Amino acid sequence: MSKVMGERPKALLDVPLHYCPGCTHGIVHRLVAEVIDELGIEGKTVGVASVGCSVFTYNYFGCDMVQAPHGRAPAVATGVKRARPDNVVFTYQGDGDLAAIGMGETVHAAARGENIVAIFINNAIYGMTGGQMAPTTLPGQVTQTTPYGRDTSVAGNPIRVCELLSSVKGVALAERVTVDCVKNVKAAKKAIKKAFEYQMAGKGYCIVEVVSTCPTNWGMAPGEALQWLRDNMLPYYPLGVYKDVGEEGEQ
Amino acid sequence: MSDKVLMKGNEAIAEAAIAAGCRHFFGYPITPQTEVAAYMSKRMPKIGGVYLQAESEVASINMVLGAGAAGVRVMTSTSSPGISLMSEGISYIAGSDVPCLIVNVERGGPGLGGIQPSQSDYFQATKATGHGDFHMLVFAPSTVQETVDLISDAFDLGDKYRMPTMILSDGLLGQMMEPVVLPEAKDPTDNKEWAVKGHQGKRAHNVVNSLYIDPKELEDLNIARFEKYKKIMETEQRAEEYLVDDADIVLVAFGASSRIAHSAVDMARKQGIKAGLIRPITLWPFPEKTIKKHIDHAKVFLSVEMNMGQMVEDVRLTVQDKKPVHFFGRTGGMVPTPKEVLEQIVKLNGGEC
Repeated sequence: MSKVMGERPKALLDVPLHYCPGCTHGIVHRLVAEVIDELGIEGKTVGVASVGCSVFTYNYFGCDMVQAPHGRAPAVATGVKRARPDNVVFTYQGDGDLAAIGMGETVHAAARGENIVAIFINNAIYGMTGGQMAPTTLPGQVTQTTPYGRDTSVAGNPIRVCELLSSVKGVALAERVTVDCVKNVKAAKKAIKKAFEYQMAGKGYCIVEVVSTCPTNWGMAPGEALQWLRDNMLPYYPLGVYKDVGEEGEQ
Repeated sequence: MSDKVLMKGNEAIAEAAIAAGCRHFFGYPITPQTEVAAYMSKRMPKIGGVYLQAESEVASINMVLGAGAAGVRVMTSTSSPGISLMSEGISYIAGSDVPCLIVNVERGGPGLGGIQPSQSDYFQATKATGHGDFHMLVFAPSTVQETVDLISDAFDLGDKYRMPTMILSDGLLGQMMEPVVLPEAKDPTDNKEWAVKGHQGKRAHNVVNSLYIDPKELEDLNIARFEKYKKIMETEQRAEEYLVDDADIVLVAFGASSRIAHSAVDMARKQGIKAGLIRPITLWPFPEKTIKKHIDHAKVFLSVEMNMGQMVEDVRLTVQDKKPVHFFGRTGGMVPTPKEVLEQIVKLNGGEC
């Protein structure tokens, strides 16, 4: 007798994903969809797709979706949420989208305490355009546009988004997670669920940063990429809760 | 409300939008449109609406995109440099077929330019408000009352055709006070089936999107959108004619400059010169039907604008070398006087002034 051990979450549509082998987007999509299912909110959720590898999320999530210009997802989400306060609204953004071109929109949505969730994929590279330097590219990291390694005296320093946003009043949750192993996947899901619950409780802006891999543009096999993430990404981007207003809300 | 009230152009814009059922305003301060936002910030909280000051015009137009995608009546207002910043978002809005109202209270340019009235965003409004193949419905009122009336139409037509609409005002119309009768309040039904507002488990998910990676699919969509534009060009052209039927010299002017051209026509008539005025009310679609009616009897056309000559190109395209088309304008925030326009009319009539 065969036994069903796990099923596709209902909020994740039964369509092929376009992501490269070993990319962690698929895991994060699944976690977001599981949370939407568990909270029973697919019918009132609106997702905002950004520009980057995750641009096609509007084809993958079963909830209503709107696609935003590059970096503008927090502003588009603000418009949706202000128009439909009873809807649950989330953005799904990469590092270039959220921390470079969209940093202004991000910080101000956070400062307004905009009642939205940002799922932030930090893989230290621009994936869709073929592997250019991102605002989170590590010092010395080789990318298509830092062929000799990121020289911080020329190309500046990588931005730690959760640390930065933790200083902003209006942020209810800023947590950094990763999905390199079962334990961390479980912790990531818990953080995502908390973020959605906080929004439903009206607590304010929540961001869950997922330290992720890009095997294709890092030029590594999927397993190698996960090890590189542990050895290089996590020391610069330590996992943890950077801000959590808790049950009481912001004091 | 049917009483006549004295209102500033910019405040009338805000009140007319509220009367049209708009309860969502996103904007960023810029002169000379500031009164629109200030008025909205006062009124919206009292009527259960949303006024939100964004961190930039880039953000405010994307908030408009979000609220419009969610199916509500939404607007923003700004002035010329602000439209440049919004052009990305306007292109996405057009490409996503989202209705919204954008008000441009024009000022002089290019660059930071000046804060005095101008009409130098005609090209931007009618030809290329952003990247890609698209148009907006563009209305150019010439009085505060007409501004009020057109705002209501702009919202309705935007919803009807699922497209962004623009009121192209200027610092002169925005700042002047005139008596207006405000329209009856509308309560538009919340029934946009394509909107993203949660499917409630009752339908497949809606997607509001402008990305089409398959070029054939994108071409087909653009062609379909231009079929819609063609229909709009056939049915939505608007223009006012003043003493044109027997005119030898036909002036073409919109918005604030049409008021000056109107006075100049009166002055010319007093001198026995047969001058008339065609005043485009829609700039896109350009009212070529009205102009074409008068090509045969007109001896010459004169486009009067507050810029270096922009609409004159559309007049020329319409007249097609059948008659001479001239231009007169002031720019940089300078407003032509009726006397200056009259001098042009007299000259075109073969006389000296």
